[in-house]
Amino acid sequence: MAKRRAEPLVWLLFSSGGLAAALLLPVLLALFGLVIPAGWVSAPTQAHLLSLVSNPLTRIVLLGLCILALFHWAHRFRYTLYEGLQLKHLSKLIIVGCYGGALVGSALAFYLLLIVL
Amino acid sequence: MSVRYTEFHPRWYRPPMSVFWWAGRRSYLIFVLRELSSIFTAWSVVFLLLLVHAVSEGSRQYRQFLNLSSNPWMLTLNVITLAFLVFHAVTWFNLAPQAMVVRLRGNRVPRSAIAGAHYAGWALLSALAAWLILR
Amino acid sequence: MADRIILQVSRYRPERELEPTTQEYEIPLNEEWAVLDGLNHVKDTLDGTLSYRWSCRMGICGSCGMTVNGEPRLTCATFLTDYRPGPIRIEPLHNFPVIRDLVVEIGDFMRKLPQVKPWLIHGEDTAAPQSELLQTPADLDEYKQYSMCINCMLCYSACPIVGLEEDFLGPAAIALAQRYNLDSRDEGADERLDVLSTAAGVWGCTFVGECTKACPKGVDPAGAIQRYKLTAATDSLRSFLMPWRSS
Repeated sequence: MAKRRAEPLVWLLFSSGGLAAALLLPVLLALFGLVIPAGWVSAPTQAHLLSLVSNPLTRIVLLGLCILALFHWAHRFRYTLYEGLQLKHLSKLIIVGCYGGALVGSALAFYLLLIVL
Repeated sequence: MSVRYTEFHPRWYRPPMSVFWWAGRRSYLIFVLRELSSIFTAWSVVFLLLLVHAVSEGSRQYRQFLNLSSNPWMLTLNVITLAFLVFHAVTWFNLAPQAMVVRLRGNRVPRSAIAGAHYAGWALLSALAAWLILR
Repeated sequence: MADRIILQVSRYRPERELEPTTQEYEIPLNEEWAVLDGLNHVKDTLDGTLSYRWSCRMGICGSCGMTVNGEPRLTCATFLTDYRPGPIRIEPLHNFPVIRDLVVEIGDFMRKLPQVKPWLIHGEDTAAPQSELLQTPADLDEYKQYSMCINCMLCYSACPIVGLEEDFLGPAAIALAQRYNLDSRDEGADERLDVLSTAAGVWGCTFVGECTKACPKGVDPAGAIQRYKLTAATDSLRSFLMPWRSS
């Protein structure tokens, strides 16, 4: 049986991504996706958020979160397509689409968090 | 009815697995929903990057983002997203003890402690993030 | 009037039909009877042509696994009264080819199991032991849970990946590999790595967790597999970051 060299490492990304997403995404989506738009708290000022996001530590943490969460999605979605829709025969296309998509998203996150800011 | 059957080599019955195998059992359905939560994880990243971009561009773009996020469709999508994110977190933390055997001074740390540590970390980080953002 | 209960049993006779059919039998509902006792009553008094496997009738041989009301169960450990007033649907174990009636073909598992080398492996350089190998209770605790497997195949029946992926080694085989990997007397973890760290090995598993729920002996194969994923992944990471180090 062919030993897959990349698979264990990609699984580590999936695993850390799952943990990171579970720990940090709920509060962020709760605030910016529900609590603030619904008006339950007043929205923070742009100046405050800018200073928060410009902090190097925040940028590193957010970048890490984005990259890990995207690769978590890529790995999990790949297997969902294999098992849920029985698309294993399209595996090459799925691999390129999923991990490629995660790579593109990560590059975008890198650009927005480390270059623009 | 002609049935192919040779003595001592019976024809085995092998039904193919239905594409909707996951719909037949509650536990399978919950599993597939758990797996589909990854789509909402990816959307959360996109949404956050939109926020970061808006904040870095200036007050006007930030206000546009706030308007976008209060659009009823966007609000609905994000409520669903939040539900799936919480579902992902809860299933992840509840399954973590099964995947980790931690030994402290020879004894196995109980499952509830491992799960509890995850939930505690979740609560702490959420409180910290909320405080940083809303103060 | 004594209680009765109906068994709806899957029948498959390849010599005269293309697909399974269902046959109903009405049997006494005895408080002490397991589903297996019900099937034995059918075969002894109602229909001698019914075919099924059983042996120890006490949950240790692993022969009598079947699908009872949609769940993979040991029929010797499942009681008729649990399904009162019935009827009880009895089908062969899912994910296996059906040979006849309730008898399934398990050759696939029998071929996969030796691939993980489920025996104690001594290193080539290790001298032959001069006396018995000693193990502390703590050493035993490391792998004891995984040694409880009775090869009943309920976990294979519960696992959707077993049904989807023909090559997947499956829960019991991987749990048994872990039983030896974690045994302090064993030195074969490297040999098993090549078999386990593959798409047909642990990486095919997506932690559905149904195998652990189905296991009648508390083996927790899902846990064994996830633990091994971490082991194999950290091993891969180490050899990736520090290729000069021998594992």
